[in-house]
Amino acid sequence: MANPRGPILSGDQDVRDALLTKIRRTQATDKLDAKRRQAVQERLSNHPRNIVPKRSDGNVDHKVALFTKLMTAADATVEEVSMPSQIPRAVAEFLRAHNLPQRIRFGKDPALTGLAWDQTPSLEVSDGRARVSDETSMGRAFAAVAESGTLVMTSGQDNPTTLNFLPENHVVVVEANRIWGSYEDVWDEIRHHYGDTVMPRTVNLISGPSRTGDIEQRLELGAHGPKRLHIIILNSASKAGSPKE
Amino acid sequence: MESTSRKFSSNAREALGDSQLQRALSNVPSGFVNKRAKAAAALPEFEDLRDKGRDIKNHVLEHLDLYLEAYERRVIEAGGHVHWAASAADAQRIITEICQAHGAKTVTKGKSMISEEAGINAALERAGITPIETDLGEYIVQMRGETPSHLIAPAVHLNKDQIEADFRRVHDHLPKDRVLEEPASLVREAREVLRSKYLAADIGITGANFLIAETGTSVIVTNEGNGDLTQNLPKVHIALASIEKIVPTLEDASTLIRLLARSATGQEISTYTTFSTGPRRLGDLDGPNEYHVVLLDNGRSDMIGTEFQDMLRCIRCGACLNHCPVYQAVGGHAYGWVYSGPMGSVLTPSLIGVDEAGHLPNASTFCGRCEEVCPMRIPLPKMMRHWREREFEKHLTAKSIRSGLKVWNWFVARPELYHRVSGLAAKFIKARAGKRGRVSNLPFAGGWTKHRDLPSPQGKTFQAIWKERQKNG
Amino acid sequence: MSEKRKPRVGLFVTCLVDTFRPSVGLATVKLLELAGCKVEVPEKQTCCAQPAFNSGDSKSTRKIATNVIKMFEQYDYVVVPSGSCAAMIKIHYPELFTEGSGFRTRADELADKTYELVSFLSDVMKLKDTGAQFGRKVTYHDSCSGLRELKIHKQPRALLSKVDGLHLEEMADADVCCGFGGTFCVKYPDISNDMVTKKAANVTNSGAEVLLAGDLGCLLNIAGKLQREGSEIEIRHIAEVLAGETHIPAIGETDQ
Repeated sequence: MANPRGPILSGDQDVRDALLTKIRRTQATDKLDAKRRQAVQERLSNHPRNIVPKRSDGNVDHKVALFTKLMTAADATVEEVSMPSQIPRAVAEFLRAHNLPQRIRFGKDPALTGLAWDQTPSLEVSDGRARVSDETSMGRAFAAVAESGTLVMTSGQDNPTTLNFLPENHVVVVEANRIWGSYEDVWDEIRHHYGDTVMPRTVNLISGPSRTGDIEQRLELGAHGPKRLHIIILNSASKAGSPKE
Repeated sequence: MESTSRKFSSNAREALGDSQLQRALSNVPSGFVNKRAKAAAALPEFEDLRDKGRDIKNHVLEHLDLYLEAYERRVIEAGGHVHWAASAADAQRIITEICQAHGAKTVTKGKSMISEEAGINAALERAGITPIETDLGEYIVQMRGETPSHLIAPAVHLNKDQIEADFRRVHDHLPKDRVLEEPASLVREAREVLRSKYLAADIGITGANFLIAETGTSVIVTNEGNGDLTQNLPKVHIALASIEKIVPTLEDASTLIRLLARSATGQEISTYTTFSTGPRRLGDLDGPNEYHVVLLDNGRSDMIGTEFQDMLRCIRCGACLNHCPVYQAVGGHAYGWVYSGPMGSVLTPSLIGVDEAGHLPNASTFCGRCEEVCPMRIPLPKMMRHWREREFEKHLTAKSIRSGLKVWNWFVARPELYHRVSGLAAKFIKARAGKRGRVSNLPFAGGWTKHRDLPSPQGKTFQAIWKERQKNG
Repeated sequence: MSEKRKPRVGLFVTCLVDTFRPSVGLATVKLLELAGCKVEVPEKQTCCAQPAFNSGDSKSTRKIATNVIKMFEQYDYVVVPSGSCAAMIKIHYPELFTEGSGFRTRADELADKTYELVSFLSDVMKLKDTGAQFGRKVTYHDSCSGLRELKIHKQPRALLSKVDGLHLEEMADADVCCGFGGTFCVKYPDISNDMVTKKAANVTNSGAEVLLAGDLGCLLNIAGKLQREGSEIEIRHIAEVLAGETHIPAIGETDQ
């Protein structure tokens, strides 16, 4: 990056300065300015929570149940498994149930690559970013939000973003203890994991399969992104002994 | 975009006579309105969140210069580029230059009202670059050579048979005998056609629902996922956003996200909410190599510090359109420019001038439904009234209204004369009504009696009856 | 009531009631007296200034408002048989004057004691039952200003529920504007017509025999539409029903 303001254009510097000066004039006198700067600085570094809905307050079971209820209402399917070793079979089962080829692609996430795929020999797994020909992709959520039934996917080589959007079927694994109550809980997790003020290139909040209501307000799934979203919750406390549809 | 707001009255009349349009618009009240009501009722904190949302945006507007600087700093730190555009022409030039620098031939686009406002598509076409809208509704209006008639539902003015005809006309490489009757088959066809466009595009342009100062992040909200394919597959992502989209923190964005989808479509949250910060990182397998943000003013800084500042809180949810009986009657195109409904009636005069758009703030009964549902508690009727005041001061108010008002005010200030004349008027209309109890036409009241009868006065005025009563004890 | 001094109420009769339907004014007086008020009618009153206010003529608005304030500030309460005129005084008069100015204080004080009729009867005078009788199936239209600016929704329904023989059948979209809007209906007659057509259809589809509302502007508008369409539905101001004054011909009708 030779020129931090952009490699192509330079004329906007004047526009920028004129605009900021103009806005400043409507709001501030010199005396007020220090106070305003402090207010902004404090808000940015303290990032106070505003109002967080209480609906997600409760233990893990409550969060899992609320997440499942809202995701299901948003046309996703959700199942629980109690051990990682059950995941490959759950995936194979999902593909079979929808008459999909036994083929799936995921990124380099060790939590996925390390699963016992040899138990499902007919299921072909490959890695990398999404290809146009992929019918089903798989990812692992960084976290989830119970209050709205939302997956939080972060970009990177472990879970490339294109996998979330290009194929028609999307399977996502999320650990039950990664289902938080609110968005705010997740932001704290991201700050903890990536550092303050640093965000992954892309954070996708996903709340169901792709949809549109653009034709006569009739809901159709699979507008551009996945038509099916299947979520596997890894919950060691789960009574689910075996995966089910 | 060329404005036809001056012709609002005739636009409206045409719209009312357009049976296809009327059929399409009849979906608005039953769809959006009921869903919003249900979603709002399902969240006990909803009303408090609205107060909070208002406060956040007010705080931002009072500190906008500082938040813009903070935001810019973070974008650059994350390896992105920030461009500043004072006007639509600036934004057109900046975006065209970025496209040209990459030798772009086609550009995919996520739905963006600010792009409509800035006329980006036309500018790209002039430069020989093909813009392709990817939001289904926006794709449909683009193929018809139209503009969106709604903030979040661009094709809400169309019925499926019209869309089918357009698909058959434009997708002429597909078999003629294919079945396309149901929305599902139309959606599937658009999906297939657009897939190849995403992959071929050199650059993806999106808008932004929020810009987060804390992290230098732009946020888009979609249900289709088109915005994500638009910004992830090409080599370059350009986010075009107006300056008031800034929010301080991720927490503040979260508060507004809780309000946005509930107000717009009645969803808990839109299907996809995407936070983008800078270009692809080391080791990433996908994502754009370059990330540009174009910050557009286009008249907004002129609103700060005026009675129209509150309008800059708008998050473009469309609730005020959905609930407006005038919008429900005439649709978005009658308003004659990019923005329609109550928010358009306030914003458009700010952006293109009250002499151009003076009709819009007048075309309201002040029924107040817009303000009642606005998640950001923007006092829309009050601001429409402010525009009427400006109009009146500038002598732009229609002559007939102005002189009628003058006569009325003159009488109102002279009670005795007023009562004598109102007494005569009551008698006159009653005599004209005769035994029917109402009149079907009346001089100087054609606007009324064209469509409805005028019920007759009872004959005597209340003041006259009261006086007699007092006299007779 | 007998031990306390009766509250002195200044009746703001509104220009439409004065000219078109004085019986609403008389019904209002009857209800106020029933509730234990002493009613006075300042004879120099004319208009609340809404036409000027809504046309952006702030100078004239202020002038008219100033007169209304002077004329009505002597009363304990000001009562208006119209949500929109009451809201004009209660909500908008104070906005006309700069904060801290003398007239702002007077406007604030007037606003505090100004009420729309039905909400005054319920909320201030705590009237539960007006003792009226009306054996008809009615539907009620919520006028915009009353509903949204003054939050009047339950009060008329509560009082109507006590009217002997009356059955209230809610129409669809009772809270949606009828398209009157003061000068709106003549400035944009076609849009206004579309709105009142939808309203008339909702009234008709409710199956009610009588339409009631608290604002004469809306009532004249909807009556004009229903009657142009040949409807037999009877249209009245709610005050007439609550006061038991339903022997007089309904809006747009005669006894001939």
